[in-house]
Amino acid sequence: MNRKRVAGLFMACLFLVACSRTGGGSSGAPSAGGGGATASGGAAGGGGASTIGLALSTLNNPFFVTLRDGVQSKASSLGLQVQVADGQDTLSTQLGQIEDFITKKVGVIIVNPVDSDGIVPAVQKANQANIPVIAVDRAANGGTLASFIASDNVQGGKIAGDQLVKLVQSGNVIQLEGVPGTSAARDRGQGFMQAIQGQSAVKVVASQPANFDRATALNVAQNILQAHPDIKGVFAQNDEMALGAVQAIDAAGKGGQITVVGFDAIPDALMAIEQGKMAATIAQQPKVMGETAAQTAKDLLGGKQPPKDQPIEVKLVTKDNVSQFK
Amino acid sequence: MNLPQALSLRRVVTVRFAIESGIYIAFLLLCIALAIASPFFATPDNLLNVALQSSINALLAFGMTFVILTGGIDLSVGSLLAVGGAVAAALMIGGTPWPLAAIAGLASGTVLGFANGVSVTAFRIPPFIATLAMLSIARGLTQLITGGRPFTGLDPTFTLLGQGSIGPVPVPVMVMIVTVVISWVVLRHTVFGRSVYAVGANREAARLAGVPVSRVLLGVYVISGFLSALGGLVLTARLSSAQPTAGVGQELDAIAAVVVGGTSLSGGEGSILRTLVGALIIGVLNNGLNLLNVDPFIQPIVKGTVILVAVGLDQLKTRVAAA
Repeated sequence: MNRKRVAGLFMACLFLVACSRTGGGSSGAPSAGGGGATASGGAAGGGGASTIGLALSTLNNPFFVTLRDGVQSKASSLGLQVQVADGQDTLSTQLGQIEDFITKKVGVIIVNPVDSDGIVPAVQKANQANIPVIAVDRAANGGTLASFIASDNVQGGKIAGDQLVKLVQSGNVIQLEGVPGTSAARDRGQGFMQAIQGQSAVKVVASQPANFDRATALNVAQNILQAHPDIKGVFAQNDEMALGAVQAIDAAGKGGQITVVGFDAIPDALMAIEQGKMAATIAQQPKVMGETAAQTAKDLLGGKQPPKDQPIEVKLVTKDNVSQFK
Repeated sequence: MNLPQALSLRRVVTVRFAIESGIYIAFLLLCIALAIASPFFATPDNLLNVALQSSINALLAFGMTFVILTGGIDLSVGSLLAVGGAVAAALMIGGTPWPLAAIAGLASGTVLGFANGVSVTAFRIPPFIATLAMLSIARGLTQLITGGRPFTGLDPTFTLLGQGSIGPVPVPVMVMIVTVVISWVVLRHTVFGRSVYAVGANREAARLAGVPVSRVLLGVYVISGFLSALGGLVLTARLSSAQPTAGVGQELDAIAAVVVGGTSLSGGEGSILRTLVGALIIGVLNNGLNLLNVDPFIQPIVKGTVILVAVGLDQLKTRVAAA
C-alpha cells in the first residue's frame, strides 16, 4: 500500500465527482427509449421539495423502463425533478436507495418494490421522515402509503384465463408464475384461477414460479414439458416468461401446437403475436401508470390527498387488435 | 545520499507508515471528495447510514479475511447468509422463541462452514471448488426451507437486531464493531491468529514448525460460516423478512472488500482493520453514487473500475517491491 495506490483511489474519486457533474443531467448511457427530459438536471443529486425519488425494482425489464419514462416525461411537464434508482431486484439494495432518498430529503418517494413484504421497513422509515410514499405496480404490505397505483391485475389474470380457455377448449394447461410474494404474481394468479375454476374442460396440471424472467422461464418450461408433454396451453404471468416458454416450445419441436398467453404487451410479445407464436397478452399501460404516479406526486406536494387505490385499466391484445398497441 | 543515510531509522519508519496507512489515507480522501461533491454526505445521519449499509457486507468480509489469509477463498458466504436467515426465520414463525431461533441460524452457518473445512482438509478439494459447490448446496437448502417464498411476520424484538439503535448508533453497526474488535484480538494476539498468518505465508514451513495446519484451516472456514450466518440474521432483521434470494452475489462484494482493503489473495498478509476500511470504501462508494444521482447504468461501471484500479496498483506495488 503506497502512494501509487493512494493516487489511484484519489483519481477514482475525481472520476466520481466528474460523473456527478454530467451524470445528473444527461444520462450518458443511451438507455432504451430514454429520450425526453431526464429531469434530474443541474445540481449534483440535490434533493428538495420538488424532487421525486423513483425506486424501481429493476431496469432490466422494458415494462419498468417504460414506466420510468412515463414518470419522467410527466414530471418534467409538471416542473418536478426525478431521481431514478435501480434496485437490481435486490431488496437490501432498494432499502439502501430509499434511505439515501430520505437523506436527500426528496419531496415524494415512488417505489416499485422488489418484494411487497420486505419493503415495509423502508416505507416505515419514509413515513417517520414525513415523506409520502406512492407504490406502483406492486403493493407494500405495511407502512402507510399515500396511494397505490397498479393495473387491475386480478381482472387482467381473469381476462387472460378466459382467453386461454376459449382457445384451448379442453385439455391440460400450465401456469408460469412471477416472483413469489409480489402482489402482481398473487393477483394475476388469482384472476387466472378464477377463470379456470369457472369451467371444467381445461385443467391446470402444473404451476411453477419463473420469477418474471425469460431465461428462468425457458428452463422451467422445458422441465415442465418433459413431465407433461401433452399440454395444450401456457399462461405466463408476464410476457418475458411467455417468450421464454415460446422458446422452450420451439426447442421441443412443438411450435404452433401450444397456445401461449402472456401479460404486459411488451414490444417483443406484440411481435410474437403477429407471428403467431403467442396467442394473446394483456396490455397494461405502464406509461399511464408512470404518468399517474407523477401527477399523484404533484398533488401530494400541493397538499391534496389522492385516492388510496388507483387501478389502471388493462386490455386484451390478440392478433386482431395488435396493431393498436404498437 | 549514501546507504546509511537512506536507511536511517526515522526514514524507514516513515516510509513503512506511509505504505501501511495508504488505504486509510485513500479512504479519507474519498470521503473528503464526496463531502465536497454532495452536501448530504458528511451529515451524521448519512455517515451512520453508510456504516449501517456496509455492516452486513463487513461481517461477511471479516470471515472472508480469515479464509483469504490462509491462501484460500470462500465463495459460499452469500448462500450461508441466506441459510442462516432462513433457518432462524422458519423457526421463529413456527413458534420457537427468537433467541433459540437465532442460535439455530448461527449454528446452521457454522455447520456448513465446518463442512467446507472438511472438504478442504480431509478431502483436499481446492477451496474454490469446495466452496463453489457449497454455494449451490446452501442455496438449494435455502429454497427448500423457504419453499421459494419470503418469510415475514417475524418477532419484533428480533427485528431490533437490524432496525434498532443503541443511542444514535444502529445495532448492526455495533455488531460490526464488536466483531472487528474480537477478530483483531484473535488475529494479532492469539496462537490461532498467528497460525493463520503462518499457514498462509508458507504452508509447508508452518507444518514443519509444528503448526496444526488442518485444524487452522478448519477453523477459518468455521469462522467464515459463523459470520456469514450472523450477517444473515442481521439482514433478516433489517428487512423484517428472510428472502430466498438473500445474499445472491454477495460473495463478490465480500471479496472486493477484503481485496480493496489490501489483503493479498495469495495469503499470509493483511489485516482485519484493512478489511473494515475496504468494506467502508465500498459502502461509501455505493452511498456516494446514490447521493450524486449517478445514472444507474453507470454505477456498476464505476464500482468495478475502482476495484480494478485498487487491486492493479496493489499488484504493481508487490512486483516493484520484489524487484
